[in-house]
Amino acid sequence: MSVDQSFIGRVYPPTPPYEVGREKIREFAAAINDPNPVYRDAEAARAAGHDDVIAPPTFAIVVTMPAGHQVINDPDLGIDYSRVVHGEQRFVHHRPIQAGDLLQVVVTVENIRVAAGNDLVSTRGDVQTVDGEPVLTAYSTIVARGTAA
Amino acid sequence: MTDAQTQQRPRVGDELPARDFPIARADLVRYAGASGDFNPIHWNERFAKSVGLPDVIAHGMFTMATAVRVVTDWVGDPGAVIEYGVRFTRPVVVSDADGATVTVSGEVREVRDDGLLEVALTATVDGETVLAKARAVVRWPDST
Repeated sequence: MSVDQSFIGRVYPPTPPYEVGREKIREFAAAINDPNPVYRDAEAARAAGHDDVIAPPTFAIVVTMPAGHQVINDPDLGIDYSRVVHGEQRFVHHRPIQAGDLLQVVVTVENIRVAAGNDLVSTRGDVQTVDGEPVLTAYSTIVARGTAA
Repeated sequence: MTDAQTQQRPRVGDELPARDFPIARADLVRYAGASGDFNPIHWNERFAKSVGLPDVIAHGMFTMATAVRVVTDWVGDPGAVIEYGVRFTRPVVVSDADGATVTVSGEVREVRDDGLLEVALTATVDGETVLAKARAVVRWPDST
């Protein structure tokens, strides 16, 4: 099955607000085995110049991956999710995510191409607060292995 | 953890302390729960093999999160990591019996006029590269 190239340039509506909780940050930090106190202790975070506990540099995936699934799981796109692996990922932060943020993601399909018999879908997720403050941009490429026609 | 405030400002060619990070199946289950990525290729051996993988593989995002520890522990404040990107070149196969060990090292590649540092990371499993183009842009604490 081949992927529908007409998806390139498509922009999805903002995702529902996601409230970043202190305990979610703590849980994520524990899951990556990172004991850094700025993920857990508001005092330590303030000593480092932050207003509250901050999230690890890759935490944004918690909101950007489900946002990207709007694209990947769209049956019209023609991706077999069971064949999907992660190809590339990049985060460009305006500031760290911190506890209390209310985040929304706007996903844009940047590119769809075929390489070595695989379908590659590249998306950009612009993450901002509900007040419109830009927080970060996440660039993601997923690979559907061996699915290119 | 290194206290960046007590260090000299880094220079091009400086090496970050290399680390070995063991990964067990339980880590992948916990990461699945924390991240919300329940793709069964990361925890179900039968399913992983049915879609042509050699065994359960780590979430790329778990490997990515693990590798940047070399940077965040070096600079002290993870909020100093402005930009971080990787390409996943080879799956990290995590066997039930032995797990896997990711070896990560880093080197300062560029010191910019605006005070930002670019760090290149190398991540290998059994000597084979698992992350390519792994690069972090960091604001060194004394530059703000």
